[in-house]
Amino acid sequence: MTGRVVLALAGAAALAFPLVAPTYHTLLMLPFMAYGVVLLGLNLLFGYTGLVSFGHALFIGVGAYAGAFLTGRLGVRHLEAIVLVAGVLGALVAMPVGALCVRYVKIYFGMLTLAFGMVFYTFLLKFYRLTGGDEGMPVLRPFLLGQDLGGMPKTDYLAGPYYYYSLAVLVAAACCMWRIVHSPFGLCLKTIRDNPVKAETLGVSVTRYRWYAFVISAAYAAAGGALLGPPTGNVDPTLAYWTHSGNIVFMTLLGGFGSFFGPLLGAFVFIYLQDFVMSLVPYWRLVFGAILAAMVIFAPGGLMGLFARRRPVEVARG
Amino acid sequence: MILQAEGVRKLYGEFCALDGVSLAIAPGEFVSIIGPNGAGKSTLINVLTGVLRPSAGTVRFKERDIRGIGPVALARLGMARSFQLVPIFPDLTVLETLQAAVVSRLGRGTRLFASLRGDREVQEGALEVAELFGLGGKQHALAKELPQGDKKLLDVASAFALRPEIILLDEPTSGVSTADKTVIMEILVSASRRIGIRAILQVEHDMDIVFGYSDRIIALHQGRVLADAPPAEIRADARVVDMVIGRRHLPRAGSPPPPSSPPAGERAG
Repeated sequence: MTGRVVLALAGAAALAFPLVAPTYHTLLMLPFMAYGVVLLGLNLLFGYTGLVSFGHALFIGVGAYAGAFLTGRLGVRHLEAIVLVAGVLGALVAMPVGALCVRYVKIYFGMLTLAFGMVFYTFLLKFYRLTGGDEGMPVLRPFLLGQDLGGMPKTDYLAGPYYYYSLAVLVAAACCMWRIVHSPFGLCLKTIRDNPVKAETLGVSVTRYRWYAFVISAAYAAAGGALLGPPTGNVDPTLAYWTHSGNIVFMTLLGGFGSFFGPLLGAFVFIYLQDFVMSLVPYWRLVFGAILAAMVIFAPGGLMGLFARRRPVEVARG
Repeated sequence: MILQAEGVRKLYGEFCALDGVSLAIAPGEFVSIIGPNGAGKSTLINVLTGVLRPSAGTVRFKERDIRGIGPVALARLGMARSFQLVPIFPDLTVLETLQAAVVSRLGRGTRLFASLRGDREVQEGALEVAELFGLGGKQHALAKELPQGDKKLLDVASAFALRPEIILLDEPTSGVSTADKTVIMEILVSASRRIGIRAILQVEHDMDIVFGYSDRIIALHQGRVLADAPPAEIRADARVVDMVIGRRHLPRAGSPPPPSSPPAGERAG
């Protein structure tokens, strides 16, 4: 019950945010919502299937560059189409990549995803004619629900319609993911996370389900990546760089991969904390490194783990 | 014959773990495999469940070659197993564990957007097995929080929830107290009748259990079948008693089977 109240309050706050908060903070919410979509997907793999990917920036890159190609080169300006195409492309790229990666677990899975991420990063960097190399590509302002809002000042566009559009995408993505993790499919993923050998004896095909989870999570990462481009108006290869993959894993750990909303909380805290620390000192990574170490040692369940109630005792006793 | 192995050999390098083992399980049978440590019992179970591919020989389940086909395909065909070292899903509840088995049996694992809670067949199927195994009162407890005996029961229950035709149990009562052993066996036998499991093959060390419940006993020794006969004949076989069972472990002849325990569900947790 408290969970629903908190969720309703968070929803109301998100709706009212642009009306009451300074524009600067509203703009900070944009990457939060984009990462929110990415992390919902990442956590299907991390929290629900037990696989930690260090290469998901690859799919963020796929989505973000899909936005740049569609708006800049192909003249497709509708954000609905961009997010959808990004998601589909992410899934298509994930199919062969995932087929190779999910055969491995733990550090080998992590390293393999990292390697694929680096390959894609290098591709973006070196194929200058296609991708613009280290300068990246511009992302033209997308139409929202068919509306060309080109006449609006950029800040108004981002803090207004684009903000609510991103929020709607995040909410839709969250509802969809909520259904997935509470479906029979979601239960099968949890059995794999907890004990793959036993899952197999119950007839759950471990590699196949891991692959499904990988593809779905990549689609989410790419859809979220497509939302990252328009606010800055540009995409560049650092989106696909491995430190970016590290950041999203950090966000997940920060919020707590054991809970559905943990990663979203992690993304929120990460972005605001990063902004705050950067305004104080130039070496924010040093501070974040210390925070990460402290989290892993003292609060492995993340921020959600700190807040979470323990299971009712009578249930445990039966 | 529901399960049949013929001339099974398994080599680990130079070491011969199974040396020409043949056995057959008929519908309706409860068969126990006994043997000292290193006799090849676990290897045999792993070969029979398609986890290990035999170096030579055949393994047929319902007239199908199942050598090395792996656990997933075997579960679909109708063979389930439980393990000696109890594997559980630590962070799933009792009910979720059983639901997973029912979902798998019904082939609904790829239902991405269906509501698990709204799936009555899965819910009821899981609850039924939970009640059958006396775990109904603990359905919302996490598997990792259960006492050892209940973990064991949950592992066996999840195999039963697949409604297999045959079930292979690797030491179903190891690591639990003597009192719990009979409780587990009673539940097991009555549950298999209710669910309609056609045959049970178990590896077991406790001779009271073996002699109390088996229709037939297969004694393994150094990778070979030393004897394959009903309990009465095994008891009379001096070679088996000396080499496999040990005189002091042999239950007294004519001793009654273990006392019947209260029905599942009334059992004190």
